[in-house]
Amino acid sequence: MTTAEWLDIGWVDQIPVRGSRTVQVEGGDDIAVFRTAEGKVFALLDRCPHKHGRLSQGIVHGGAVACPLHNWRISLSTGEALGEDKGCTPTVPAKIDGGRVLICRAGTLKAAA
Amino acid sequence: MEHRPLKPDADTREHLVVIGNGMAGCRAVEELLARDPSRYRVTIFGAEPRVNYNRIMLSPVLAGEKCFDDIVINGAAWYSDNGIALVAGDPVAAIDRAARTVTTRSGLSETYDRLLIATGSDPFIIPVPGKDLPGVIAFRDMDDVDTMLAAADAGGDAVVIGGGLLGLEAAHGLSLRGMKVTVIHLMPTLMERQLDEAAGWLLKNALEARGQTILTGADTAEIVGDAKVEGVKLKEGTLIPASLVVMAVGIRPSVALARDAGLAVGRGIQVDDHMVTSDPAVLAVGECVEHDGQVYGLVAPLWDMCRSLADGLVEAPTGYRGSVTSTKLKVSGIDVFSAGDFSGGDGCEDIVLRDASRGVYKRVIVKDDRIVGAVLYGDTADGNWYFDLLKRQEDVSDLRDLLIFGQAFAAGGGAADPKAAVAALSDDAEICGCNGVAKGQVVSCIAKGAHSLDAVRGTCKASASCGSCTGLVENLLALTLGDDVQSGPKTMCKCTSFGHDDVRREIVAQGMRSIPEVMQKLHWTTPDGCSSCRPALNYYLLCALPGDYVDDQQSRFVNERLHANIQKDGTYSVVPRMWGGLTNPTELRAIADVVEKYNAPMVKVTGGQRLDIFGIRKEDLPAVWADLNAVGMVSGHAYGKALRTVKTCVGSEWCRFGTQDSTGLGVKLERMSWGSWMPHKFKIAVSGCPRNCAEATIKDFGIVCVDSGYELHVGGNGGIHVRATDLLCKVATEQEAMDYCAAFIQLYREEARYLERTAPWIERAGIEHIKARIVDDAMGREALRARFLFSQSFSQDDPWAQRAEGAEAEHHAPMARFIPQGEIA
Ligand SMILES: Cc1cc2nc3c(=O)[nH]c(=O)nc-3n(C[C@H](O)[C@H](O)[C@H](O)COP(=O)(O)OP(=O)(O)OC[C@H]3O[C@@H](n4cnc5c(N)ncnc54)[C@H](O)[C@@H]3O)c2cc1C
Ligand code: HEM
Ligand code: SF4
Ligand code: FES
Repeated sequence: MTTAEWLDIGWVDQIPVRGSRTVQVEGGDDIAVFRTAEGKVFALLDRCPHKHGRLSQGIVHGGAVACPLHNWRISLSTGEALGEDKGCTPTVPAKIDGGRVLICRAGTLKAAA
Repeated sequence: MEHRPLKPDADTREHLVVIGNGMAGCRAVEELLARDPSRYRVTIFGAEPRVNYNRIMLSPVLAGEKCFDDIVINGAAWYSDNGIALVAGDPVAAIDRAARTVTTRSGLSETYDRLLIATGSDPFIIPVPGKDLPGVIAFRDMDDVDTMLAAADAGGDAVVIGGGLLGLEAAHGLSLRGMKVTVIHLMPTLMERQLDEAAGWLLKNALEARGQTILTGADTAEIVGDAKVEGVKLKEGTLIPASLVVMAVGIRPSVALARDAGLAVGRGIQVDDHMVTSDPAVLAVGECVEHDGQVYGLVAPLWDMCRSLADGLVEAPTGYRGSVTSTKLKVSGIDVFSAGDFSGGDGCEDIVLRDASRGVYKRVIVKDDRIVGAVLYGDTADGNWYFDLLKRQEDVSDLRDLLIFGQAFAAGGGAADPKAAVAALSDDAEICGCNGVAKGQVVSCIAKGAHSLDAVRGTCKASASCGSCTGLVENLLALTLGDDVQSGPKTMCKCTSFGHDDVRREIVAQGMRSIPEVMQKLHWTTPDGCSSCRPALNYYLLCALPGDYVDDQQSRFVNERLHANIQKDGTYSVVPRMWGGLTNPTELRAIADVVEKYNAPMVKVTGGQRLDIFGIRKEDLPAVWADLNAVGMVSGHAYGKALRTVKTCVGSEWCRFGTQDSTGLGVKLERMSWGSWMPHKFKIAVSGCPRNCAEATIKDFGIVCVDSGYELHVGGNGGIHVRATDLLCKVATEQEAMDYCAAFIQLYREEARYLERTAPWIERAGIEHIKARIVDDAMGREALRARFLFSQSFSQDDPWAQRAEGAEAEHHAPMARFIPQGEIA
């Protein structure tokens, strides 16, 4: 249920396991919402800290996504680039409630702005 | 059941009324009696017509390992000895908080001073047509078990909907009782909330080996039948016959009574740390409550809750602080354990141990030197030890290297250094179980000059099969040689100690069929691989099992998932096939229309003799494809590790030098080989004479026509390191040229490593090897060609057509739109 704090973006099974879907934010950048093999959801700005690759299009493994453009690994929970690479993508708090995926309203606005 | 009089006249004690004669309700009373046996007069109402029993043992009762009497916790004597009045088989229908009374369905009314609600959970019934047919049941109480036993006596087919803990225990019991059981599970892996993909896969295999049919990723559309259940229909159309359907898709806290009585209810009845609801006279405990936002579906938290509740009731409040839970599956012979959080993430480190020969998978997740989760399959002996370390938040940095081997190892003899542990082994201690190699043999083989892992594998065979002893062998190398250890061949990626060729050989030799299976049998050190090994494994399986293997979309790079090339601005480029570089007005018109309709900023003639439309948005891809499909154009696979183009010159049809119909042959070659997946991209060209206008000698497979036939060239490459082709041979007829081409492609598909172009492959394997396989060995060539054409019979579906028709539409549309001032659309 959408509330002052949380945006309800749909059922969790609309996101493929080890995959991602996006949320368009009017007047801002897309948010990528990921679902891991273990069924957790994470939301990040859909923009790699390296050269703005679309993280929603990457390969998800463990708790990270590999950017489709140059294969940087980005942590889904902190948005930090892993390994040798340096950089960070804004994250948005996300959770599942009763099968629905909720993302934080304020976080979405801040990240997408 | 015999009822005691509800209110002995002389009794003036406070009256505690309990609703729910289940595990939490009775445990709370036990805890209370232990603290102060005489403080309250107690009455328990139970909906079930029986005494208090151990619900979790219903599974062994169903499986025939126990009978009802074995699982009774508190028999009739307990109630009478403690002066408890039991009203069984008559559920409470209403609570009147103002009057402090409860009323049962039969009309019996009782006043209370303190009320305890312990109504447990209701099974969730999915709202599909047919859910109310006789023969459709849940798995919650003894009545359900009786129904299942009666159905099993009649034999036949049973369907269990839900592959979680409960569903699998039901399926196991029914299957032991002789029914033919199918489990339908919505998610891709079993027990996904307790197990990771690797363990879920092992479990599925074990259950299938016991004769159950397990359908994952299967969604129920309806339950069919006239007067009673006859079968279950899936969304994709399959009908599974069934005389019994057990729904085990989840539970919901049973809150109706509390909500009607006006108590605060969220997901469950809301309670504080002392299990008190929004009305101080009313308490609640068990699965029906919500504490600190959490609801529970296991018994361990109930015990903690009951302790705090009883402390509160005797005015010595301690307070409940929530519980960490662990799970075990009660299916005899299958050991599964999980605890804590295993979703990984930042700062989390996975320690994975796999032992394929024993069917063991263990994974411990460590964060900041503390265990945060564990998943064990096949060997759960150390489950409680890990769970204990987890609950106590123990610092495990000292145990780190031996943690995964279990308590006996890690705690044993202070040998916290793995090298020291290996050094301490005796010479005849077995290192490699697969090949029966003892420590002494490995050490002597190292002493005789095997200075790398690969050399050890090659000489004494240790670690050459499943790889689970690789760590031990590496330690022995380090112990014996110190810094002189030579690094081995490149492994596939950091998830495995095996190279590409080893993995591929084992996939075929062991008949492996899925990515999780490969990872288990070859002891991957990560739970689900990485972006290097997943696509490679997906390709190797696809190549080994044409028509059979189900492609794992999430293991493909985005271009292959979206059938278009991602550009640096996140838009896509679309390249339709132009067979042999030929086109016509209809195709050109369709392309021109697409460019205008979707505002493509650029169209470019590629070096591969076709047109590339740039700047298409992901959302528009299906519509673009539909427009191109309408005039018969299909995907050019310009995005794939696959056949790209077949470049041709005009040849004998038009050119004064032409010796053969190079254009016609190019078209035939492209029609034969389009759509096949390969280790890397693959380009073909056909030139009509040695002037070679189609640049055939820098292609993966190039044909140069001459008067007497066709010269076949292989392994060319443009790019940074230009490499001219090697001449493979010369053939006389067009058909032979086609046959050799098919055989060559198949050899490349089977032997090259993933992401290896033909040029490096040929330099590695040697052109003589290729000649021996393709030119000298006629039967082998024919077999390769046949395998290629067989695999092609499955791969020439135009992926664009499927997407244009709406397949996997979700890949192209955002999940939601958010308009800040407005709402979610
Ligand atoms: C087959 C099976 C296997 C399980 N295996 C495990 C396991 O291995 N490990 C584990 O930790 N947990 C397991 N569980 C879960 C465990 O049984 C529950 O967590 C536990 O029983 C919950 O206790 P409870 O008292 O809250 O609810 P229950 O034990 O369900 O008790 C609630 C009682 O209240 C009664 N009731 C409901 N409404 C009314 C009313 N209006 N009036 C009167 N009475 C009412 C119900 O009939 C029921 O008897 C299993 C459950 C099942 C069904
Ligand atoms: C990974 C980096 C590369 C990308 C993303 C890329 C992408 C493309 C694309 C999209 C096309 C047009 C599609 C088509 O007509 O099939 C193309 C064509 C071509 N590319 Fe590349 N390319 C890459 C590397 C190379 C390399 C290394 C070479 C040299 C060997 C090369 C040589 C060509 C040639 C000759 C063509 C003409 C069309 C053809 O023969 O397929 N490309 N490339
Ligand atoms: S390769 Fe030979 S036949 Fe083909 S166009 Fe060039 S000159 Fe003509
Ligand atoms: S843009 Fe993501 S790795 Fe380069």
